Amino acid sequence: MDGSLNLLEDTFNQDVVRVIRPDGSVLPGADPRLDVEQVRSMYVAMLETRLIDQRCERLQRQGRIGFHIGSLGEEACVIGSAAALHRDDWIFPCYREFGALLFRGFPLQRYVDNLFGNANDVVHGRQMPDHYTGKAQRFGSVSSPIGTQISQAVGFAWACKLKGEGTCVGVYFGDGATSAHDFHTGMNFAGVYQTPAVFLCRNNQWAISMPSDKQTASRTYADKGLAYGVRGVRCDGNDLLATYMTVRDAVSRARRGDGPTLVEMITYRLGGHSTSDDPRAYRAQQEVDAWHKVDPMDRTRRYLERLGEWSDEEEREAKTSIEARLKECVERAEQTNPPDLGTIFEGVYETIPAHLEAQREELLTGPRAPDPHGDKGGAS
Amino acid sequence: MTEMNLVQAIQDALRVEMRRDPSVVVLGEDVGHVGGVFRVTQGLVDEFGEDRVMDTPLAEGGIVGTAIGMAMHGMRPVPEIQFADFIFPAFDQIVSEAAKYRYRSGGEYTVPMVIRAPVGGGIRGGHYHSQSPESLFIHTAGLKVVYPSNPYDAKGLLLSAIRDNDPVLFFEPKRVYRAVKMEVPEGEYSVPLSEAKVTREGDDVTVIAWGAMLYEALAAADSAQVQGVSSEVIDLRTLWPLDLDTIVDSVKKTGRVVVVHEAPRTCGFGAELISMISERAFLHLEAPPVRVTGWDTPFPYTHENEYLPLQHRIEPALMNTVRY
Repeated sequence: MDGSLNLLEDTFNQDVVRVIRPDGSVLPGADPRLDVEQVRSMYVAMLETRLIDQRCERLQRQGRIGFHIGSLGEEACVIGSAAALHRDDWIFPCYREFGALLFRGFPLQRYVDNLFGNANDVVHGRQMPDHYTGKAQRFGSVSSPIGTQISQAVGFAWACKLKGEGTCVGVYFGDGATSAHDFHTGMNFAGVYQTPAVFLCRNNQWAISMPSDKQTASRTYADKGLAYGVRGVRCDGNDLLATYMTVRDAVSRARRGDGPTLVEMITYRLGGHSTSDDPRAYRAQQEVDAWHKVDPMDRTRRYLERLGEWSDEEEREAKTSIEARLKECVERAEQTNPPDLGTIFEGVYETIPAHLEAQREELLTGPRAPDPHGDKGGAS
Repeated sequence: MTEMNLVQAIQDALRVEMRRDPSVVVLGEDVGHVGGVFRVTQGLVDEFGEDRVMDTPLAEGGIVGTAIGMAMHGMRPVPEIQFADFIFPAFDQIVSEAAKYRYRSGGEYTVPMVIRAPVGGGIRGGHYHSQSPESLFIHTAGLKVVYPSNPYDAKGLLLSAIRDNDPVLFFEPKRVYRAVKMEVPEGEYSVPLSEAKVTREGDDVTVIAWGAMLYEALAAADSAQVQGVSSEVIDLRTLWPLDLDTIVDSVKKTGRVVVVHEAPRTCGFGAELISMISERAFLHLEAPPVRVTGWDTPFPYTHENEYLPLQHRIEPALMNTVRY
């Protein structure tokens, strides 16, 4: 295949793309000189993501929502990559990208409604919290099985190519997912058909309790692209600008018909896998402390402060504003009723078949459960 | 009208629909230039091109997974699984994803996809070219399961299935592929999903069958008739969602029922049918419902005809039910 030698060289010589040092200073010659308003808005989106994560964890511990799976520590990775996609590109999520969903304009209230599974939830309380859908934002639908979104994203991108749209699909997954069946088939199809897919691998070092160096014997995650004829690149996922630049390049290539890219974004899962997981059972605090020192929030904030584009006061104001909006959304969500019971039989098929009408009748005329919403237990 | 066998009828459905609707595409292993290992898709790539008839890498999960993605973006993919025995790598995508997409996304994303696969024994295919796995899919909410027995129904049902906005498993009895020819209309027509057909009217016993076993059931009905037993034979055509009313009406008339299916006995669709019949028509039953089925074993090669529920096993079941 043409260019395969270049692909080999590209991959094995691939340095990790970096722009911002942990102290907020910029590596010589690396500053992309983005519009500072754009960087500020990305930072505020990161802040919102962080604060939502912290609030959701508290809500779950208080028993007010059943579960939350977040992106603590991965804010630069999620927002930087989402911002690099064009508005008409599509996102196929894993389940840690609510930050990207909100960045694209999904209403915060609807996100919180989804956590509570109430009557205003876009998915009618059918799925666990954090399993949202946002087609109006060109955002896919979250499911729990690992990696299934990958081959779907490739098919969707294939359709974009067949239709001549000039758009691409960004598909997110973690390091763990690269071991799963659909990573293999998705990447293989993408390489063969050169579909405009950007594979966004959040290498956050952990798949529940499995560290990323035991997940694969591959030298890096980007290297895996070579096997499929897909260009692999790496960036510091805790560096907002490095992530943005790397993904933007991959997006441009895909959109202009130069094929898919596997982007390994190196980051760290600061929290547990979800609210059902306590990572202290399997990892050392020193490791977590070391990664706190390169927290993407601090790094981005220091970058802006060095430019004179952020201050303590602005930080306080931003946090107060986000927290106030969040509080309002939570209150409203908690006061909203659950979905009507009959709705559990709708949407299985386009039109409700006879057997489901009969079952609905049976449920509605039968006895009610004593603890109907049983959602305080949670699952992993 | 033209005489067509099952292969030709299915191919004709694909051709008719691909001409009518540019969003319909076919993908799978060997479907393009070879025209499929059974030649069902022969000629399609010449007429419609490689962008609409796609030879894929060897990965059923990838075939179905990418087809789901295409369907989400407004296409109507008709992926082929070369033998239903090889559908299992795609099972996750079918059950976890396609079946649940509409429901779990609040209707924002739908998967109007038809997965075609040859099923059933009788071609000396052994374990891995003979299975009839319909139960696994009937049991999964959100899927439709279609299983025609003849060319006329197959073309009409496939046209309906492709136009349906829900994911459909379209199972083709390979034993019948070239064995049966009949008059099939050219151009468009449809056979609606979820409508069973009373293929033969009778008064003494209801026989429910589908796919290749329909012919065995009809043959058994013939030989039972010689002994004075009048059988009503129902071809389900669509297994799910089921046309239960047609079945119940018949059982209320005859009071006796025999279900015939190739698939293994335990948790085969016959079990569900009999449960539903008991719920709806218990007091009308004059005898315990009976199943004549494949055994609960992997599909054997040498003793294939002792595994399949052929006429020689169906006929005594009819006679015994009537004499109960």
